[in-house]
Amino acid sequence: MLLRVEDLYKRYGKEDVLKGVSFSLDKGETKVIIGPSGTGKSTLLRCINRLTEPDRGRIWLEDTEITSPKVNINRIRSQIGFVFQDFNLFTHLTALDNVRLGLIRVKGMSKKEATERAMAELARVGLADKARAYPAELSGGQQQRVSIARALAMDPKLILFDEPTSALDPELIGEVLAVMEGLARSGMTMLVVTHEMGFARTVADEIIFMERGVIVEQGPPEQLFRSPKHPRTAEFLRRITDLYGGEQ
Amino acid sequence: MTIEHWLRVWNYLPILLQGLSVNLALLGGLITVGFIIGVVVALLEVYAPPPLRLVAFGYAWIFRSIPEILLLLLMWFGPAQFGIKISPFIAAVLALGLRSSAYQAEIFRGALQAIPVGQALAARALGLSRIGAIRYVLLPQALRLSLAGWGNEFAVVLKDTTLAYAIGVVEVMRQARYIGSREFPLTLPAYITVALLFLILTYAGLFIIGKAERRLRIPGLEARR
Repeated sequence: MLLRVEDLYKRYGKEDVLKGVSFSLDKGETKVIIGPSGTGKSTLLRCINRLTEPDRGRIWLEDTEITSPKVNINRIRSQIGFVFQDFNLFTHLTALDNVRLGLIRVKGMSKKEATERAMAELARVGLADKARAYPAELSGGQQQRVSIARALAMDPKLILFDEPTSALDPELIGEVLAVMEGLARSGMTMLVVTHEMGFARTVADEIIFMERGVIVEQGPPEQLFRSPKHPRTAEFLRRITDLYGGEQ
Repeated sequence: MTIEHWLRVWNYLPILLQGLSVNLALLGGLITVGFIIGVVVALLEVYAPPPLRLVAFGYAWIFRSIPEILLLLLMWFGPAQFGIKISPFIAAVLALGLRSSAYQAEIFRGALQAIPVGQALAARALGLSRIGAIRYVLLPQALRLSLAGWGNEFAVVLKDTTLAYAIGVVEVMRQARYIGSREFPLTLPAYITVALLFLILTYAGLFIIGKAERRLRIPGLEARR
């Protein structure tokens, strides 16, 4: 088991955002988390690399307990990729430097080695020719692909995607999803929060349906889409299919 | 004030320029002191835990509140009370530098706070420490955003260097004063000449900063005027 989340709780003020979430992820597996807005999906992802501190519960990455106070969280974070909804590329750095920064400053690679690695990752997401461009000179889709390259370069054990296509114009979503699908096929372990049902259906090994801070149901896409066990799941899937259309 | 007066002041120009070079040395010293302390104070104001943050704000409050002329006099007479001898030049660099640091801190603090929170999140998510995120991501962005405001501070402190006159630093104002006391009719032309020199200096300084701003410009990270 690569990632294990056990009974996670998080409260913001008076609102319980996570109310006892447990699940696990095997190496090479892709799980997609779906559910209505404001049900704690993003909070859950941020708890996993402790960008948000959970109130209760435990998380393990392989044999290391991430939630232990003794853990070196910077080391853990360098092993977990994170792809943000609004990309968050470093605005003062070129695409190449965005990908190189962690390699040089966190992993301690030489500049030469880091450059080679960064160029390879940019090529992998189809942006080798944009290495010298600044984020503001790239389209949203390109920025998100650079941010995926930035995560990949660190050789993460797992990548967390927090609604990676939600801030994109519709015509740019495809290029990002294509990169993600390629990653999943290549055996990367991925946990993806998304509203892209087409992606969930074709790429996910398992889908987790979350609502109001709890996991309502989880299972393989076919089962979840064809015959959801829980009426809330069926209701959500019906609504989101109306909204986004079924298959993409 | 006749043409002849002006011609005689012209003969004194080397002396005035010599005085001006002292102003430039003061400027270099005070702006460096102000920059280093200003960055530290701004970082403390934005990122330090509450007690330290309070100290930083207190510091900025004190050095923005006390009149500069008073700071100069305090820095000149203060250390002497404790048997510490510093030259008027050093006293002026420190007094003006500390004052400038408080203003520079406000410029840098504004810039740091203007950086979207996602930048820090992305830096930490990569595994950078807090210090690393500040050093490699937040501060480089903030300093670029600060350039326009910093140019303004430069124009202010350039003129402030003449206040060192008050504690006996032989800078351009004092040289002008010397000229006037030697040849009284030259008083006004000498002062006007100093004014012209500052017009030129300020223009040149802002021109260089403007150039630097264009060179350091990064698409999407323009210094906002």
